[in-house]
Amino acid sequence: MSVPILEVMDLHAAYGRIEVLRGVDLQVPKGAVMALLGPNGAGKSTLVKVISGEKRPTSGDIHLGGVHVQDADPEQLARLGLCTIPEGRSVFPNLSVEENLTLMSYAGVAVDAVLDTAYTYFPRLHQRRHQLAGTMSGGEQQMLAMSRALASDPALLLLDELSMGLAPLIVDELYDTVAQIAESGVSILCIEQFARTALRVSDYAAVMTGGRIVATGEPAEVMATMADVILGGAA
Amino acid sequence: MSTILSFTILGLFTGAAYAIAASGLVLTYTTTRVFNIAHGAFGMVMAFIFWDFSQRQGMPLWLSLVLVLGVVAPGTGWFVQRFVTRGLGDAPVSVSLVVTVGLFVGLIGLAQYLWPPEPRTLPPFLPDQGMEIGGTYVTAHQMITIALSVVVAGLLYLLLNRTRIGTAMRAAVDNPMLLRLFGGRPDRVASLSWAIGISLAALAGILLTPVIGLSYYDLTLLVINAYAAAMLGKLKSLPLTFVGAMGLGILQSFAVAYLPTEGNLAGLRAVVPALFLFVVIIAMPQAQLRIGQVKGIVSAPQPSFPKSLGWGLVLVLGVAVLTAAMSDANLLLVGTAATYAMVMLSLVLLTGYGGHVSLAQFTFAGVGALAYAKLDEPNLYGLLMSALIAALVGALVALPVLRLTGLYLALATLAFGVLMDKLVFQADFAFGYNGTLHAERLSVLGRSFTSTGGYVLVMSVFFVLMAVVLLQLRRGVLGRLLIAMRDSPAACGTLGLDMRWFRVALFGLSAGMAGLAGGLFAGLRGTIGAADFQLFNSLPLLLLAVVCGVTSVTGAALGGVGLMLLPVLQSSRPELAGLVFAILGFGAVALGRDPNGIANLLFGLGHRLDRRFGDRIRTAIPVLPLPRSRADSGEDNAVPLSGLTTIPDPAHDEEVGVHVAARG
Repeated sequence: MSVPILEVMDLHAAYGRIEVLRGVDLQVPKGAVMALLGPNGAGKSTLVKVISGEKRPTSGDIHLGGVHVQDADPEQLARLGLCTIPEGRSVFPNLSVEENLTLMSYAGVAVDAVLDTAYTYFPRLHQRRHQLAGTMSGGEQQMLAMSRALASDPALLLLDELSMGLAPLIVDELYDTVAQIAESGVSILCIEQFARTALRVSDYAAVMTGGRIVATGEPAEVMATMADVILGGAA
Repeated sequence: MSTILSFTILGLFTGAAYAIAASGLVLTYTTTRVFNIAHGAFGMVMAFIFWDFSQRQGMPLWLSLVLVLGVVAPGTGWFVQRFVTRGLGDAPVSVSLVVTVGLFVGLIGLAQYLWPPEPRTLPPFLPDQGMEIGGTYVTAHQMITIALSVVVAGLLYLLLNRTRIGTAMRAAVDNPMLLRLFGGRPDRVASLSWAIGISLAALAGILLTPVIGLSYYDLTLLVINAYAAAMLGKLKSLPLTFVGAMGLGILQSFAVAYLPTEGNLAGLRAVVPALFLFVVIIAMPQAQLRIGQVKGIVSAPQPSFPKSLGWGLVLVLGVAVLTAAMSDANLLLVGTAATYAMVMLSLVLLTGYGGHVSLAQFTFAGVGALAYAKLDEPNLYGLLMSALIAALVGALVALPVLRLTGLYLALATLAFGVLMDKLVFQADFAFGYNGTLHAERLSVLGRSFTSTGGYVLVMSVFFVLMAVVLLQLRRGVLGRLLIAMRDSPAACGTLGLDMRWFRVALFGLSAGMAGLAGGLFAGLRGTIGAADFQLFNSLPLLLLAVVCGVTSVTGAALGGVGLMLLPVLQSSRPELAGLVFAILGFGAVALGRDPNGIANLLFGLGHRLDRRFGDRIRTAIPVLPLPRSRADSGEDNAVPLSGLTTIPDPAHDEEVGVHVAARG
């Protein structure tokens, strides 16, 4: 197998004196979709924050595409092809749709190409291009957020809780988009509470609890152990 | 007809300059959420630098203009953003305001130090040219200013709406971290907007200087005109800001033309911007409630009632011993310190506990002093009445702002300070123009304190009483409400608390405390005038209160002494007068981020000393009979310390008490 796109080794991170990540080991193979599942407070979002550069780890190593990452700023990583969609609505509510899309060109793709991709995938965004992003519905805002993943052509995509606060039908639609992005060869690490939805589109899955990865494997295997973890059996 | 036209053109000229200043203010505020009170002060300093380049050093006009607008001002803006205001946007309003007030005072001090007072003139651009429009002569300088304001407005519009970096500027306010995940650089964006903002302040200052002169204060107060204009656009909309600035300029020009130059209304012309501001504030819609955030301010610890009372007694006794053999001049200084300390106590309530900022606390003290002198009842009744009057005036100021957020309240107090300075205190029914009033010393229950020493003692008793009452309030229901409201107005709203009137009452109470201090001060001095309560004295007061610790009574006492020492220090080395202000201002910039200030550091030091040497001292002190439990001394109620029951002596209680009770 080739070099994994993301490799996390014995990663520790803490908020003040409270340690949240206690030795995370994780590998995402190139071109694969990895679902990261786990209960609330397992440290999933913290892991995303550390990988994306928003938070400094206390110890441990991260390799992106085989390169050791040390003290990189989030904007540097973003320009190098790491696309992070943080939890909640990751759009600028007081800017119009088109202005939001314009800012996506910071990742290194020309504005016209970004607009073109976004409007082709989501014609609804084109209808609303002059509307403030904050006034759109939750699903539309998430479409706008996903446009960045589509348009900026990343090497690795980190998705944190895409489903947060959305209706199941819309979540399904969004995951169809995730599957489409994966088909184009983008590696994805996707954090999700709705295990079934996420496992549908993923090649591998990992379960995280108490700041550690407790199980990894094919979706079907992981599904079997999930219930124990979520209900507290394996913790 | 031609007079109207000529005054309109004059108004358009000043309005254009205001528009340039105001758009810079709006730009920095909307992109970094830091309201730069020092905006006018930056304009002032830049105008001085322009004068220095073009007149003193004799550089060509265009070269100095390019140097100031293109190098010095943007560089200053970059520097300020990078090292002073970075990350302040997320801080509570009280912190970010204090830091920019620190810049304000520091810049005035710096200007006075670098360019000592002497007459300076700056000629207008193209002084000999102009043209006739409808029978009115319009100078080239005026036309250039109006044209520049249009150019500035157009360029800013293009920058913010048509370029990616401008879009990023607007995005950075909402969520800087998300912008970083997009690949943008919020710090660079913020630096750019500060650089442009300071450049615009500089341009406005340079354009206005030939008309209003090169003075430290007039240009600094330009910030009031600028934000009065910006308020019309809710500090957000640039087009409305432009309209507001032009309207204000014309209004001011007409006020000069048509208002009487004699009588009580004469001062009205100087306060048009302040009045304009109040009108706009009243017309503004209700502000949205802010949802709480976890990162509150950790306050200094509150002492228990017996402890605060005990330390109050120690303070009064200390003052009595200290003042026993003092000259009258020194006694007056101690009394002044007590006054300042009391005014700072009112800030402890308002800023330390309530999270609101008042930029004109001395003005309220002035209202109290004026009432005390006018009532001419030198007894407790008169004193309380003057405090009540100050409280009512304070409530009146807070009333229009009750629907808005802390920033607007602070700005309203600044406008109020100008209003009182220029209109009310100078009026015949008050102190009169450069006049003074006579005030008798206070008598309590028929006993009058004619000696200065006795009166100073009475003042310290008042300080202690106010402090004890304040601490009782803080420990009670009111204190909990205050903290809750400071931390999350939205949560308070959902609990059904009526915050609006509470806020007015809080502000009134604080103004009343300041008024009481003012009344006592009037009695101490015997003669008082408007000069004792100038607006510009309120700013060092606020800064020292924050530097010394605005969350504790000890901080107020320290700050009072410090503020009293400032002029003493200045008069001993007059050539450094400006530098003292500069150090105070920039010191506040450094320390303003921690409102617990020096007082809290002292408490921490006391704790550390206790941990280091406390046990050794305790064991060295001989055991006295008359056992008292350690818990009574209040050192550490929560943790039972087993070894301590063997050494229960009042002597060590005192030893511990020194730094514990000082917490108040």
